[in-house]
Amino acid sequence: MKADVPKGSGSGLGETAMVPVRLAMAAIDAPLRFVQRRLGIGGMATFFLLPNMLIFGIFVLLPFFINFAYSMTGGTALFLPDRSFVGGDQYARLFDCANYADPNSCAEDTFWTAVGNTAWFVVLQVTLMILFSLVTALILNRDLMARSFWRAVFFFPVLLSPVVVGLIWKWILQRQGLLNFGLYGLGFEPYTWLNDRNWSFAATVGVSIWAHMGFYTLILLAGLQAIPKDLYEAAEMDGTRPARAFWRITLPLLMPNLLVVIVLVLIRAVQIFDEVYVLTGGGPGTSTLYITQYIYETGFATQLRNPGLAAAASILMGGVLVVLTLVQLGLGRKGEKKGARK
Amino acid sequence: MSRLAEFIFRRRGRNGWHWTDIFTWVWLIGGLFIMFGPAVWLVGSSFKSPAALAEFPPSIMPYVTQKATIEGYDKPLDLYEVTMPDGSKKVLAEVRRIGIVSQMVSPEKPTEIVKVKIAERTPVRTMSFATSNYSEPFTHFDFVRYLWNSVFVTVTATLITLIVNSMAAFALSKYEFRGRTFAMLLILATLMVPLSVIMVPLYSIVSALGLFNNLWGVILPTVATPTGVFILRQYMLTIPDELIDAARMDKASEWQIYWRIILPLTAPALAVLAIFSVVWRWNDFLWPLIVLSRKELYTLQVGLSIYSGELNVQWHFILAMTVVTMIPVVLVFIFLQRFITTGIAGTGLK
Repeated sequence: MKADVPKGSGSGLGETAMVPVRLAMAAIDAPLRFVQRRLGIGGMATFFLLPNMLIFGIFVLLPFFINFAYSMTGGTALFLPDRSFVGGDQYARLFDCANYADPNSCAEDTFWTAVGNTAWFVVLQVTLMILFSLVTALILNRDLMARSFWRAVFFFPVLLSPVVVGLIWKWILQRQGLLNFGLYGLGFEPYTWLNDRNWSFAATVGVSIWAHMGFYTLILLAGLQAIPKDLYEAAEMDGTRPARAFWRITLPLLMPNLLVVIVLVLIRAVQIFDEVYVLTGGGPGTSTLYITQYIYETGFATQLRNPGLAAAASILMGGVLVVLTLVQLGLGRKGEKKGARK
Repeated sequence: MSRLAEFIFRRRGRNGWHWTDIFTWVWLIGGLFIMFGPAVWLVGSSFKSPAALAEFPPSIMPYVTQKATIEGYDKPLDLYEVTMPDGSKKVLAEVRRIGIVSQMVSPEKPTEIVKVKIAERTPVRTMSFATSNYSEPFTHFDFVRYLWNSVFVTVTATLITLIVNSMAAFALSKYEFRGRTFAMLLILATLMVPLSVIMVPLYSIVSALGLFNNLWGVILPTVATPTGVFILRQYMLTIPDELIDAARMDKASEWQIYWRIILPLTAPALAVLAIFSVVWRWNDFLWPLIVLSRKELYTLQVGLSIYSGELNVQWHFILAMTVVTMIPVVLVFIFLQRFITTGIAGTGLK
């Protein structure tokens, strides 16, 4: 039996480094054998599952349920037992609006500003993101020289941290930055882009696309490459025009991937925070204040913090995300079935 | 749109250059500049002195104005090349500037002041890399601490992630027990509960456990990742059960089976998860920002964002530190990109 167990592959150095780990694992074995005698082989499943479930329970499930209770309490106390019950007051406050289209008429005007900004952001960012990553995927799917290099070019920003992304672009968009330098060469005066409400909004859209587009391009490219080449050959032999082949072959067969990507982009766009927080800090004014930053600031950052209100807003956002995720799971299943039939 | 379709099927060189071929190369070359340009500009800027950073239009390479110490003046003076009224060129040092007239001295005759219009002089500059941008933060700021905190969080969280998730995946793939499906669904359902939705109550729980302002408060909530369990389980399902049965015949304990058979055979999937986990944890921002409020506990990401949000941003330090923060991820990108791209294409995780 021993011979069947593969030895850890690696250098001699790696082997030496593993010695204490091996010893530790051997040392745990004796007490665990005792546990196994008590629980039986099946019971060991519980043992293996326990650490994960414990961490899940404490740090994901518990907060999830507490969140509902939290959203029905008021005051600034941190722990639930110390907080006063206010029923649906927090929700009522969020929805206390004379006119939903005009945030200034609302009791919680920043919330509605954030909702409005996020809505615009999502519409613009998702549309452009899908467009850019689809075009890039189609180009990368061509008969290209050095395709993996080009794929890496577009993928590169995906791994950068949001803070780094924010800082890179803050540096480029500032007054003495690269963008103004380029425009200066064309005869324009330098401009402080991030102090302009519209341009800073556009910047958050553009920067988030720059940072994440490679990820979706990759998924779409995988979908394109899974389309059998002989379909196109057959179409060509029948004299099908390329445009027709795109609409009749490429798009329908790519649809499962495309739908998954659309929902993924949507889910991420709704939660946008990190890059924007570093790039514009939500400003100027509230022009790039999105919903996650509203929750963060209401819950933690401002003088008049109100965790109950933040919890209520986060539950509303969670509701939107759950709907989107269910759509995604439904679409994923459909896609799987399609794949299986093929 | 039909044109878009057309270009997909055109092959290069069939009937010379088709417009779609041109479009492809414009897109690719443009992409090359837009994707890499900003990062390259950042690295280039990080070697400039504060004076060079404040300059507009900026120079491509880092330059500094040459200075010279001249008898009778305490501080070193900037050197300029001046066009004299007779058309000859001379190198002079600037003493002070009044309006558009600059008072200058010649290094050879330090006592004689020459008045020159500022339009008639250009600074004498040499290329110089301001490496102090990199070395100073290590002594002046808590930068070493931030670096250490980030490394600690990343390494510890990744190790725990690998162990905890592989154990759970082992239980969920190789044992039949009541509630297995329920456990699996529960784990997958948490995909729907991102941090931004539960951050308020999670903060109170972490505080109640005494983990506020503690690096473990950053680490623990992130380690039980559903995607981790998912990819490991999928991989373990492909390991034949006969191996386990044979080991049991040989009186191996369940722990030995997990440690000596399952884990080595799952190595490829563990590697993918490890790479992802390192990138995730290194880049984490919102949660550390909430949990860590004491300066000496900041991770790199939090430290950078706080310093860059100050009123007087010390860009020369920020840029250099941003470059340092990028390094591990760029290394992962260069050497391990293959694992990541196959991981994403296979499971759609990020």
